[in-house]
Amino acid sequence: MSEAVYPESEVFHTEDMTISVGPQHPSTHGVLRFVVRTDGEVISEALPDVGYLHRSIEKIGEKCTYHGYVPYTDRADYLAAMFANQGFCMAAEKLGATEVTRRGEFCRVIACELNRIASHLISVGTFGQDIGAITPFLHALRERETINDLMEEICGARLTYNYIRIGGVGYDITPQTCDKILVFLDHFDPIIDEYNRLLSYNKIYIERLANVAAITKEDALQYNLVGPNLRASGVKWDIRRDIPYSVYPELEFEVPVGHGEKGTLGDCYDRYWVRIQELQESSKILRQCLKMMPKGPAISKVPRKFKPPAGEVYVRVEAPRGDMGYYVVSDGTEYAYRVRIRTGSFTAMAIIDKLSRGIMVADLIALIASLDVDAPEIDR
Amino acid sequence: MKQFVDSLIQQGYFSGVPTQIVYAIAMIVAALVVLSVFVAPLAGVTSWLERRVWARMQSRVGPNRVGPQGVLQWLADGIKNLLKEDLIPSAADKLLFPLAPYIVFIGFLCTFVVIPFGGHLIVADLNIGILYLLAVTSIVVVGILMAGWSSNNKWSLLGGMRSAAQIVSYEIPAGLAVLTIIFVAGTMSTQGIIKNQGWAPWDWYLFYNPFTFIAFFLYFTAALAEGNRTPFDIPEAESELVAGYVTEYSGMRFLFFFFAEWGNLYVIGAVATVLFLGGWQVPAVGGGFIEGALQFMVFFVKAYLWVFVAMWVRATLPRVRVDQLMALCWKYMVPLSFLCVIGTAAWMVVFPHGSRWASFAMFGLGVLILVLFVRRLQYQIRNAKPELYLRPYI
Repeated sequence: MSEAVYPESEVFHTEDMTISVGPQHPSTHGVLRFVVRTDGEVISEALPDVGYLHRSIEKIGEKCTYHGYVPYTDRADYLAAMFANQGFCMAAEKLGATEVTRRGEFCRVIACELNRIASHLISVGTFGQDIGAITPFLHALRERETINDLMEEICGARLTYNYIRIGGVGYDITPQTCDKILVFLDHFDPIIDEYNRLLSYNKIYIERLANVAAITKEDALQYNLVGPNLRASGVKWDIRRDIPYSVYPELEFEVPVGHGEKGTLGDCYDRYWVRIQELQESSKILRQCLKMMPKGPAISKVPRKFKPPAGEVYVRVEAPRGDMGYYVVSDGTEYAYRVRIRTGSFTAMAIIDKLSRGIMVADLIALIASLDVDAPEIDR
Repeated sequence: MKQFVDSLIQQGYFSGVPTQIVYAIAMIVAALVVLSVFVAPLAGVTSWLERRVWARMQSRVGPNRVGPQGVLQWLADGIKNLLKEDLIPSAADKLLFPLAPYIVFIGFLCTFVVIPFGGHLIVADLNIGILYLLAVTSIVVVGILMAGWSSNNKWSLLGGMRSAAQIVSYEIPAGLAVLTIIFVAGTMSTQGIIKNQGWAPWDWYLFYNPFTFIAFFLYFTAALAEGNRTPFDIPEAESELVAGYVTEYSGMRFLFFFFAEWGNLYVIGAVATVLFLGGWQVPAVGGGFIEGALQFMVFFVKAYLWVFVAMWVRATLPRVRVDQLMALCWKYMVPLSFLCVIGTAAWMVVFPHGSRWASFAMFGLGVLILVLFVRRLQYQIRNAKPELYLRPYI
C-alpha cells in the first residue's frame, strides 16, 4: 500500500510498487516468477526468478543408463518432448558411433514436426489468451488434440512420448498412420488461414503487439536468443538448415524470418508471425517426408548394454523453442559421466530485464508470451 | 402500481395505517418481487447463456448437466457459492471489504427501477429516468474502487484504479450519446422516450438522423467499457492482473460482483433498446393481455439481442491496453459524441419535427450495413471448419 504523504516534503511523495508476478500467476506458463518494480502501470524493472520447477534432470542423467535416461528427457520440455528425446539420442549415437536406419530417421522427422506443430499451436494459442482472446486458444488446442491422437497411434503416449530411441525409433509408423497424418494435414492447412482471420489480422491484436518490446538483431545475438525468437529479429539461423542433422538436408523448406510485418523488426508481432509461418513449413516438411518414406527397419541393432567409448559430444537440434543442445561426457561405462542440457527458454529469460524497462504490465505479459518460454524447459 | 395500491386502500385493507407507510411498503414489496422474479434468474440465465454461447463459439460443449441443456447451472453455482467459507483476508480492511460487493450490487439493482418491461410494466416511471440511470450506474465504480483498495492486494489495487479511470472516462461518451436522444425526445422519462418512437424501424431514434445513428454505436461501446466487458475488461484482466479487483474475493461475495456484471449485460441491452430501438413498441393489436405480452416479448428480444452481441464480441476480440483504452475514449469517442450532440441540436433547428426522408435514408443505410455484415459472416462461416475436431480414427 502506498505510504502517507510526508508533510515536510514539498513534492508529493511517491514510491515504486514491487509486485511479484508469479509463481502462481495465470500467464507465466507454469511456475515462473518475476519480481517487478512498477511506477503505477509502467515497469521500471522486471527480474526473472527461475528455479521453481527444477527437477535435477541433468543429474539424473549421471545415474541412469543411456537407454534408461531417454524417458527422463521427455520431461525437460513436455510441450516438445520429441526434440528432447532426439537431442539426447543423437548425442548418444554420436558417442557410440551408432548408425540410425534411414526409415528411423524419417520416423523421427515426422514425429518431431508433428510435435513442432503441437508446440507452436500451444504457443500461439496461449499468446492470444494472454492478450485476452480466449477463443483462438481453444481452437488451437482442438487441433493439438488431433495431433495427440496421432501421437498416441504412433507411440502410445500423448505427452511424454519416449518414442525416439538410441539407433532409431521405438515403433515404426504404419502406412495407415501415414494416411491419417495426411488427412490431418489436409484438414489443418486451411485452419491456419482461419486462425489468421480470427486472430492474426485482428486490429486490436496488432495494436497490442506491434512495436512492443522490439529486439534488435544485435541484441538477439548478444543475448543468445535462439529459434523463432532469433529469427523474428531478422537472423536467418535454423539448426535444421545451417548445422544439418537427420534427413533435413534432403527436405525443402523455408526458414521464415521476421520482416517487421506490422511494426518494427523483432517486435512481439514478428515473433508471433514467425511461429505461424513455421506451422506451414512444418506441414510442408511432413508432406515431403510421408512421400519419401523408405522401407526398412525402424531401429538398428543396438546392444542392450550401451557402452560408448570415453569422450564428449555436443549435439544441437532445432526444437520449437530454439536450439536445444545436449552436452554428454562418457567415461566408457554404462552411465554417462555428465549430461548437460542447453535450452532456448533459459537464455530467453535474460533479455526480459532489458526489454521490460519502461513498458507496461500488460506489455510484459505479451513479451513473456511472445518469447514462448516454458517453465520446465527453463529449470530442467 | 399507484392505482393498484390506491384501490386497495379504498377497499379498506389498510385502515388505520398512514398512507405514506403503505406506499413505502408497497414499493419495497414491488422491488423484492422484481428482484426475485426477474433480476436474479435474469443474471443467472445470462451467465448460463454466456457460457453456452461461448462454448459453442470455441468448439466446446459448455455446462449441460444441471437441468435440460444445463439451464439450471446458475442455481447450482449459486448454492455452491453460498455454502462456501466466508473468507476475509487478515490484512484486508474489515469494514470496506465486505461492503464493496453490496455497493456494486446496489448500483446495478437500482437501474431496474426505471427500465420498463412493457407498456405498463415499470417499477417507477420517473421523469428524470435516464439521468437517474446514469447516476446509479456510477455508484458501481465506488464499489469497485473500494474492493480494489480494501483487499490490500497490489493486483486488486491496480484493477480498482484501472476500473475507476475507465468507468469515469467512458461515462462521458455514454452520457453525451444519451443526451442526443434526450434532445430529440424532449423528455428523460424512459416511458416517454419509448412513446415518442414507433414500432416501425424507421420510427426508431436509431435512424432519426445520422448523429443518433453514430450515437448508438458510441453508447454501446461505452456501455461495454462501463460494464467491464471484453475488449475493455482490463480491470479484471485475468491474464494480467490475476483477477483484478476480485482477486481476494471468494464465495458469495465473488458471486455478487459477477451477478452485477451479468445483470449489467441486460441493462446495457435494455437501455439501448429504450433509447434507440423503439423499446416495447408493437403494432396495435387491440390492447389487452396479448398486447402486453407482445410488448414484453419484443422488448426482451431486442434487449437480449444486444446481450448476445456483447457475448459474441467477448468471444472474438482480444483485450486493449490501458493507454489504448484511454486514447480511444478521449481522442475519438468524446469528440465524436460532442459532434453528435451539436449535430443533433443543429438538426433540431433545421427540422423541428424530424425529417421523414432522413429516417428512411438512415434506415436504408442500416439495412445495407447489416447486409454487408451478414455477407461477411457467411464468408467466414463457409470457410470455417465447424467440426468439433477431426478424428483420424473414424
